[in-house]
Amino acid sequence: MTLAIRATGIRKVFGDVVANRNASLEVRTGEIHAVVGENGAGKSTLMRMIAGMYAPDAGTLEVGGRTVTGWSTREAIAAGVGMVHQHFMLVPTLTVAENLVLGQEPVRGVQFDRAGAEEAVRALGERTGLRVDPSRLVSDLSVGELQRVEILKVLFRGARILVLDEPTAVLSPPEVQDLWRVLRTLVADGGTVVVITHKLDEVVEISQSITVMRAGETVGHMQTAEATPSSIARMMVGREVKLALEETGEGRQEMVDGGWQMADARGGSATAHSALRLTQLTVASARRADEVAGVSIELRPGEIFGIAGVEGNGQTELIEAIAGLRPVSSGSIHLGSHDITRWSVRQRADAGLSHIPEDRHRRGLVLDYSIADDLILGVQHGFTRGIVLDKERIISNAGERIAQFDVRPGAPDAPARSLSGGNQQKVVIARELRGREFSVLLAVQPTRGVDVGAIEFIHQQLRAARDAGKAVLLVSADLVEVLALSDRVAVMYGGKLVVTLPADKASAEVLGPWMTGAGGTSGH
Amino acid sequence: MSVIAFLIQTLRIATPYLFAASGGVLSERSGIIALTLEGWMLTGAFCAALGSFYSGSPWVGLLCGAGGGVLVAALHALASIRYRADQVVVGIAINLLAVGATRFFLRLAFDSSSNSPRVPGFDWFSAEGGASQQSASVFVSLANPLVVIGLISLPLVWWILNRTPFGLRLRAAGEKPEAVASVGVSVARVRWLAVLLAGVFAGLGGTYLALEQHQFTDSMTAGRGFIALAAVIFGNWEPRRVAVACLLFAAAETFQIRLQGLQLIPSQFVEMIPYLLTIVAVAGIVGRTRQPSALGRVAD
Repeated sequence: MTLAIRATGIRKVFGDVVANRNASLEVRTGEIHAVVGENGAGKSTLMRMIAGMYAPDAGTLEVGGRTVTGWSTREAIAAGVGMVHQHFMLVPTLTVAENLVLGQEPVRGVQFDRAGAEEAVRALGERTGLRVDPSRLVSDLSVGELQRVEILKVLFRGARILVLDEPTAVLSPPEVQDLWRVLRTLVADGGTVVVITHKLDEVVEISQSITVMRAGETVGHMQTAEATPSSIARMMVGREVKLALEETGEGRQEMVDGGWQMADARGGSATAHSALRLTQLTVASARRADEVAGVSIELRPGEIFGIAGVEGNGQTELIEAIAGLRPVSSGSIHLGSHDITRWSVRQRADAGLSHIPEDRHRRGLVLDYSIADDLILGVQHGFTRGIVLDKERIISNAGERIAQFDVRPGAPDAPARSLSGGNQQKVVIARELRGREFSVLLAVQPTRGVDVGAIEFIHQQLRAARDAGKAVLLVSADLVEVLALSDRVAVMYGGKLVVTLPADKASAEVLGPWMTGAGGTSGH
Repeated sequence: MSVIAFLIQTLRIATPYLFAASGGVLSERSGIIALTLEGWMLTGAFCAALGSFYSGSPWVGLLCGAGGGVLVAALHALASIRYRADQVVVGIAINLLAVGATRFFLRLAFDSSSNSPRVPGFDWFSAEGGASQQSASVFVSLANPLVVIGLISLPLVWWILNRTPFGLRLRAAGEKPEAVASVGVSVARVRWLAVLLAGVFAGLGGTYLALEQHQFTDSMTAGRGFIALAAVIFGNWEPRRVAVACLLFAAAETFQIRLQGLQLIPSQFVEMIPYLLTIVAVAGIVGRTRQPSALGRVAD
């Protein structure tokens, strides 16, 4: 069989970061090929070189047998290579048709032929089964539709080799199934598909062969038929890891090293008072008055309450309201016996609310601060001597946390920016779990952009917090994660919790339809 | 009587705003902050006076004025696109440079620190042609080709933005340059073209000022570039609304001039009216406007 893509000995350096060293890839024509690896393994960089966005510093790249090392985006497109980016490359203020034809606009005289563009897009949609109204504004589309437009965009340019970077990160389970159907159709028509993902069950489900990358290097290649999620994970990380999926249904009392007091808090979970109580909470966003539309939750000590759902259904606003970052329109929030609805962020934190924020770069860390300084954000008033910061205590506190949470590299005075995503997240978690006394933890996307090894560690920490009698409100777009960790699971859709189930009644099949809003009709 | 006179005066005052705002819309919609409109206009005015003086033809002045605007726009593009400098800093620097450079060359060319000698303008129906009547002054205004071009400049910009492939790329570059780059179109090239074209428009705005007054005077733009920029923001970067904003600001200025003649209020206060209106308009409305997402952002 012929090779669609062949990359050998690829090296790419950005500043002093080596993104790829000796990376290689062989993709056969007509297959779905998965590229897996931890965050920062260099997958996206390699793909971007194939799509012509960067030129490699060393190595060769062949497409269809022709050497194309260092080609441009335009040349890649002309040769039928199209990339669907993780962050959509669509202009929100333009229509679907305008986005699709950008760069290859049909003209009538000197004018842009809008009707012709819309007709061409409609025809392409009919042919591929990817139907989207070409005259709609991209900003009005749902995430699933956006992805369809992205795929249409590369197909419109005649792509025969499709590269998709983490295409399922933002999709609900039914949307993922739709995507698989589309990709299989493309391959059946003679196209070639390369998918980057780090969801191992997807790899096994969709691909024919797999390339594994670690630390910028290609470390393995295998046929999917011979692989299992744990064998892939072992190759990715270089050691045995416990996958979240495997832990569902396991005993939840497992011990964790790191010195949690395992007081018999689990037994007390039936106590009458709640740790966090939301009553008919309604929160507005810039877009709509009821982004969160009357949510009530009663969170007990010693439980993890998981909220699943496609992003953008009010989860962010809900958490921001609880954390005190966004005003509440109506309803109330009780932390223990206190009504904290109108309290400041500081008051809430001091009363026992910890928060692992959704976006560690925006809310979790000051990237240019040292790790030591980031570790006292929000509790800095406890590290003073008179009116100045007590440097000595800050450094010794950092040393302790870095050791406990195995942050690498572990220099307390290194800027947070220099850490990998997983290690940055460990800093946030170390601060929120150990930096202060708390009774309720808000954990939002706690493992987003974090590698498999760190995911395992973070999950252990959340379980340990629960076992120590803390109440954890977990929000994650990763359904597997929610199911693996939670004692109770709810789905948020359109600003409401549309369904709440105990963990043993919840599964991807049951929750999937609720996540698309179809739960009430077809879910039962 | 005075309604027509008022409208004509408004139109004459609006012309440089319409030109400069056209340039502002083009530049800003492509993602480059048009803080140097003032400098483009001033340079355009000086070059127009120079060209008209030495050639004796206002048409040569017009070409020189447009060229002067392009020249400074190219400097702006070079610094902010090629060298990715902070656009606000570049904007302030170029405005100061334009004031200094025109003053320097004014002295060099005309040996004066305040103004150039009289230069030919577009007065086909000159005032001494006998007509001192209102009806004739309509003619006089509209016979100036720059007033006519000024009137169609924003519609032209609208057409470029919404009806041409270049306009589509320009708008995309100002909203999401990554998307433009991902389809193999050079964002830098789109923005260069947009800024140079913006320089033509702003240069013509300066040209109008110089040729209408038949001379260049030191710092003669007097903040008109900034008022035009305020009109761009007030008009939400939409050519049609920007045109309305320009006319509104010009009407306010006309009103101020008329009010000054009446001596009711100290003239210093009256002179503030257009500038106060600018502040009020921009501050009061800015919450409801939406600027191009990638405005001011060049590096990824």
